[in-house]
Amino acid sequence: MKERTKLLLIILVFLACYYVPWSHPNIRQAGLEAFMMLQEYAREHVLTCLIPAFFIAGAIAVFVSQASVLKYFGASAKKILSYSVASISGSVLAVCSCTVLPLFAGIYTRGAGIGPATAFLYSGPAINVLAIVLTARILGWQMGLARAVGAVIFAIITGLLMAFFFRKDDAARETGQIYVPEDEDKGRTLGQDAFYMLTMVMILVFAAFARPAPGSAGLWQIIFAAKWYITAFFLIVLFIMLKSWFTKEERINWVQSTWGFMKQIFPLLGAGVLVAGFMLGRPGHSAFIPEHYIQTLVGGNSLWANLFASVSGAFMYFATLTEVPILQGLIGAGMGKEPALSLLLAGPALSLPNMLVIGGVMGVKKTLTFCLIIVVLSTIAGMCYGWIADLS
Amino acid sequence: MEIKILGPGCPKCKQTEDLVRKVVIETGVDAKVEKVSDIMEIAGYGVFGTPAVVVDGEVKSVGKIPTKEEIKTWIGK
Repeated sequence: MKERTKLLLIILVFLACYYVPWSHPNIRQAGLEAFMMLQEYAREHVLTCLIPAFFIAGAIAVFVSQASVLKYFGASAKKILSYSVASISGSVLAVCSCTVLPLFAGIYTRGAGIGPATAFLYSGPAINVLAIVLTARILGWQMGLARAVGAVIFAIITGLLMAFFFRKDDAARETGQIYVPEDEDKGRTLGQDAFYMLTMVMILVFAAFARPAPGSAGLWQIIFAAKWYITAFFLIVLFIMLKSWFTKEERINWVQSTWGFMKQIFPLLGAGVLVAGFMLGRPGHSAFIPEHYIQTLVGGNSLWANLFASVSGAFMYFATLTEVPILQGLIGAGMGKEPALSLLLAGPALSLPNMLVIGGVMGVKKTLTFCLIIVVLSTIAGMCYGWIADLS
Repeated sequence: MEIKILGPGCPKCKQTEDLVRKVVIETGVDAKVEKVSDIMEIAGYGVFGTPAVVVDGEVKSVGKIPTKEEIKTWIGK
């Protein structure tokens, strides 16, 4: 950060402290809501949901071989494979910002071309494991599922459209030697790695198992009653696997990478929850922004509400995962589920700073097309989600 | 000798750069160490993952922090 930026920040904070009427009842209420929402996250979501998810993300970053995925992005790879791998590989590759942009630029200039590159760029932030887990946990599993499925399908459509619009450029693309991270021999089979990941997912599922609604089928009640025993069982299994299959160095790498994610994401998420709480409040509680504004702008499932949500989502910058508490606040204040999905699909993939970087790689015309495709698709997805929800 | 560290500015890239500089100083090799963070320039090397290390135009490692021993062999010590 430049010294001038720091000074500017300090002046802004000072002015806020000086002039904001903190004793005004609305501001008091909003401030209280901010911390109530933070407490809700701390009590409900951190221990049973976020912590296990961070460990899974850490394991993916360290143990899943990137080389095996990246070979599908070369210039000579089969097109069908390139697109399908691009649309889902975000779950493996996009957990670290070290990967996304260089990989995008690499695929675009040297590898499989603009289609798979944009497919990857779009799906990455939406389907990484942390984003899906937190969305499903806080906004409901339907929303989590819709987000994951929507992101994969849209990634393919966006990629194909981009490749079609700019097919001439793609033919003129230079090809050359490419370098991918090498595949290291780990001394474990794929099955062992898969089993290890699965055990962690099980821990996450059972530790976060929600209390079933009264009167629901007996099986759910039984699982709920036994959830801590099941979780403990999987923890023991995980411990045995760690002890016998992994070297000390690998275990240290895993914990380090998990710690890296926590350091990076927790402060941002905490700040995001505070801001969302202050502006919008918990569901059912009003805060700084009056609810009728939100209901007018993005309530219901009109074309306008969906379009507004996806356009504003496209320009807004969300730090990793903060889109979730912000949407929780918005939905609580009267935003429709459909515009919320539009925002989820357009938001994290695009932001103003991000557009500038992409623009530097692909040029203005292609970047505009890319953004336009995403905004249109997200709007349509919001409306479709409404129809599907009405049917069931 | 010319050593380039390719990376947009993530923590791992920073660590790699620090490590390379340290090894260069320790071994006393006459080398110019440069950090490249421009995305297009990185892509120009055909590198599909960062941090990457390029020594005299040749890509030596991709997508990981190299060990001290690896760096030493690249610079011929």
